[in-house]
Amino acid sequence: MEKEMKIKHPMREQEPRERKKNFNEVPFGYDEETAVAEAERCLQCKKEPCRQGCPVEVDIPAFIGLIKERKFSESIFKLKEKNNLPAICGRVCPQETQCEALCLRAKKGEPVGVGRLERFIADWELAHGVEIPPLPAPSGKRVAVVGSGPAGLTCAGDLARMGHDVTIFEAFHIPGGVLVYGIPEFRLPKEIVAREVDYIKRLGVKLEVNVVVGKTLTVDELFDEGFQAIFIGTGAGLPQFLGVPGENLLGVYSANEFLTRTNLMKAYLFPLYDTPIKVGKNVAVVGAGNVAMDSARTALRLGAENVYIVYRRSEKEMPARLEEIHHAEEEGIQFNLLTNPVRLFGGDNGWVKGMECLKMRLGDPDESGRRSPIPIEGSEFVFEVDTVVIAVGQTPNPLVPQTTSGLKTGRKGTIEADENGQTSRRGVWAGGDIVTGAATVINAMGAGKTAAKSIDQYLNSLA
Amino acid sequence: MYRLITKKVLSSVHKLFEVDAPLVARKAKPGQFVILRVDDQGERIPLTIADADPERGTITIIFQEVGLTTQYLGAKESGEYLADFVGPLGKPMELPSPGGRVIAVGGGVGIAPVYPKVKALHNAGLNVISIIGARTREFLILEDEMRAVSAELHICTDDGSYGQHGFVSDILQQFLDDGKPIEEIIAVGPLPMMRVVANQTRPYGVKTLVSLNPIMVDGTGMCGACRVTVGGKTRFTCVDGPVFDAHQVDFDELRARAGMYLDKEKMALENCRCGGAH
Repeated sequence: MEKEMKIKHPMREQEPRERKKNFNEVPFGYDEETAVAEAERCLQCKKEPCRQGCPVEVDIPAFIGLIKERKFSESIFKLKEKNNLPAICGRVCPQETQCEALCLRAKKGEPVGVGRLERFIADWELAHGVEIPPLPAPSGKRVAVVGSGPAGLTCAGDLARMGHDVTIFEAFHIPGGVLVYGIPEFRLPKEIVAREVDYIKRLGVKLEVNVVVGKTLTVDELFDEGFQAIFIGTGAGLPQFLGVPGENLLGVYSANEFLTRTNLMKAYLFPLYDTPIKVGKNVAVVGAGNVAMDSARTALRLGAENVYIVYRRSEKEMPARLEEIHHAEEEGIQFNLLTNPVRLFGGDNGWVKGMECLKMRLGDPDESGRRSPIPIEGSEFVFEVDTVVIAVGQTPNPLVPQTTSGLKTGRKGTIEADENGQTSRRGVWAGGDIVTGAATVINAMGAGKTAAKSIDQYLNSLA
Repeated sequence: MYRLITKKVLSSVHKLFEVDAPLVARKAKPGQFVILRVDDQGERIPLTIADADPERGTITIIFQEVGLTTQYLGAKESGEYLADFVGPLGKPMELPSPGGRVIAVGGGVGIAPVYPKVKALHNAGLNVISIIGARTREFLILEDEMRAVSAELHICTDDGSYGQHGFVSDILQQFLDDGKPIEEIIAVGPLPMMRVVANQTRPYGVKTLVSLNPIMVDGTGMCGACRVTVGGKTRFTCVDGPVFDAHQVDFDELRARAGMYLDKEKMALENCRCGGAH
């Protein structure tokens, strides 16, 4: 018995052979019995180390304890005291480096499956009807939130629960930011995102899509329209390219374009949906972060025969979550590590047909603390590809910083903000990737939450 | 949802809509564009803003029915709605210094994006010589509008059915040859036309601008679908353009990239979804 308690209850998932042909979600989630059994693994220890690992301060032992007692609606209520988007976090948070990393059980086995339990209880609520918590009397204070990604949604939801009148402005036609354009359906179903957004709206938050702040409206104009505080959560939306010859050949995509076409525009359902995408037989995805894994697994599902991850460092340095790498390996993604593309070349028709690469070796650690890759002279080789996806990172979107007076920006185009998210301009907060550069959903949510508290204090200090 | 207020049929393939979009109308400047989606299954396409009326809160768009989305769009009637309409996007055009000779060249549906630029120059007190052309008389659009804002209007058709028989570049050549200095040329039209004009004016060293209309998805710098090589550097048309120095643009690359989805487009047209706009 004790031995069994050492590992997490597994979560059933689609077989790799099957799932690589469809866009359905990979794991099925716990049923009630499994969830209760997993909840029983929680030691309810006094120190509650897991809570230290949660960027949005969820009372983890409490919500798990309530699952154990089968008090499901109390459990989700407890969870949502701190986290407005649990069905999303339960799916995409890197729990292994956060709450679960600190779990007492992790010392002698596997930690409690906090993420799986969070997902279970959030899905339970979505299936049984979402309840809106009691809201305070309206404060009469108006806040504009720019961007409806994880930072903006969290900030807006928290401010609404504090009684403020919040409007979110979103540039795309669908809210969710990276949750809808970036993260694929098989990892985060868009129906789940829509339902979490619906919850935020039911808290009283207004949502205006098709408004590009910096173009359609500026931050200054939002103040003129009577908003008393503004939160900027515009993310890291600009794609980085390699800067090697041949990157504008046909068949070469930024990961942003590749994923946006597929996820937001539903190119995987073409021609039912009008947006096309082209994927050949041999696809190289350059990079090894989560976005690269998402792109590679998407390419496979779009019909590619061979999908390669091409990465200039070694396995140890790959920035993607272990779970994502594992899923990619299971599905047959091929890893070409210590390999750096130096040139793409095309055929007469303008389409990419090959990628020239150099073999690399690892040298001393660089400023990121990872061992830096050094080219091995004379190791050039070519492999044939007909589609290339560049997934080597994103940089902050400059539209808001460029058009807002009095906003200090950092070296890499980030907006400078203090630990509360307050920027150099009075009344303006920022959080998420626009401040930190590309990071995680949960860190953006944490920043949105912190900013909401600070904005609330500020609004209360106004006459 | 964005209401289509008026529809005008300009030719068998050219249509005009006035769209109710007050936020866009308030901000729109000549040279900028919008991205629209006809319905919930639709793709996002960019269209140049042909005119804006901030008081009425309307944006005018003009398009040629060339592919799936423009056909769906053309099938809409006034009183109906578009799912999405966002803008104004891209950089506004810069006005040339006054006094010099400015020539505007519009080919085919490219007359639509040329018109707001000529109008802006006209409103700024500049005299513009306009040259417009089309394949045949039926496809010549905005003649009266262009005449109203141009100091001179020259017209040609490929088949000689109206105006001078020949291409806009033939007329432009006369001005390049007349020996009088030209401050700036603005040329918008199909890629082959813009390439011809760029090659034609390059030896004369006359500043020549083109407005590009490549495939786009978001229109805010996020995806890079619209990348174009200008002066050896990769630029994003949506945020760095759409107006660029014609002499620096790599037209071969643009042309290739414009054809990236032609086979898919054909397939979509054949499979034309039911229950949609058609």
